Amino acid sequence: MNVLLGLAGSDESITALRRTIERTDNVGDELTVAVLEKADTDRSQEEMYRQAEKLLSEANLDAEIERLEGDPGASLVNYAEQGEFDQLVIGGGTISPMGKIQLGSITEFVLLNAPTTVKLVR
Amino acid sequence: MSGRVYPDTASGSFPAPPSTAEDQSDRQIEFQAVDEFEGEVLDDTVEMYVEFDPTDRAQGIPPTGETRIRNWLETIAEHSVNVVARHGEDVIGHAVLVPDSDDPDSIEDVGDVEWELAIFVLQAYQQSGIGTQLLKHLLGHAIELGITHVWLTVERWNTPAIALYERVGFEPTGTENFEQEMGILLD
Repeated sequence: MNVLLGLAGSDESITALRRTIERTDNVGDELTVAVLEKADTDRSQEEMYRQAEKLLSEANLDAEIERLEGDPGASLVNYAEQGEFDQLVIGGGTISPMGKIQLGSITEFVLLNAPTTVKLVR
Repeated sequence: MSGRVYPDTASGSFPAPPSTAEDQSDRQIEFQAVDEFEGEVLDDTVEMYVEFDPTDRAQGIPPTGETRIRNWLETIAEHSVNVVARHGEDVIGHAVLVPDSDDPDSIEDVGDVEWELAIFVLQAYQQSGIGTQLLKHLLGHAIELGITHVWLTVERWNTPAIALYERVGFEPTGTENFEQEMGILLD
């Protein structure tokens, strides 16, 4: 399967990255990683890019890593649409202090606009 | 504090627990503040959530199954503020505030942090005015404790709940995805 993983700068993105690497390793998917441009996140686009590079190389995975500029949701869906991807993978939400699952604006945009199957990683 | 936008005007004059009111089905409902959320009152609240119809879950809470319910309540118990509604011996409604803080032990002034609110009423007791009363009693109790900033999220399509929160004084904070975030400033 041809998988596109979208990463913003949050902890949920790190979880999505780790789980997707595991899965790719197990089943031999083709993986492309898109690092999104998003303001006010825990990690900058550059830090996230390096983190992805590091974890992929530790796992000995040969995956393309792309930086996408502009609105994170729109650029990710656009990139997915231009390529030949079977699945788009993103983080599956954050947990509030109460324990409620919260989906952010990127998730909502991707779910409502992506032409491919979308996987939310928890 | 976060970047949430709160209403310009503060809301006040909410009833504080303990108090007893008759609901719209003439049931005597008692509203009680919980000092320590443990022991009997915790057990009674777990029991309420075991009975709770999962159709009315919101964003993954309450969890299902007694073990997961107890885990969830014990996780939030220590630093939370709780008011329960009782009919006779049974807890039939629960409203709670949890501090939005990475290090709740270090909170010196409860007015310095924002508190996330959740409220659940057992199905057989819904649509009888208990939810509104329970919510007001929790806010009344919060004011007594010195809490000023309270927020919540509610599924965007849950218009009855949003209308209820608005009547009490909550306003949208500016964050709106599948969940509508709302905040209230307390007097």
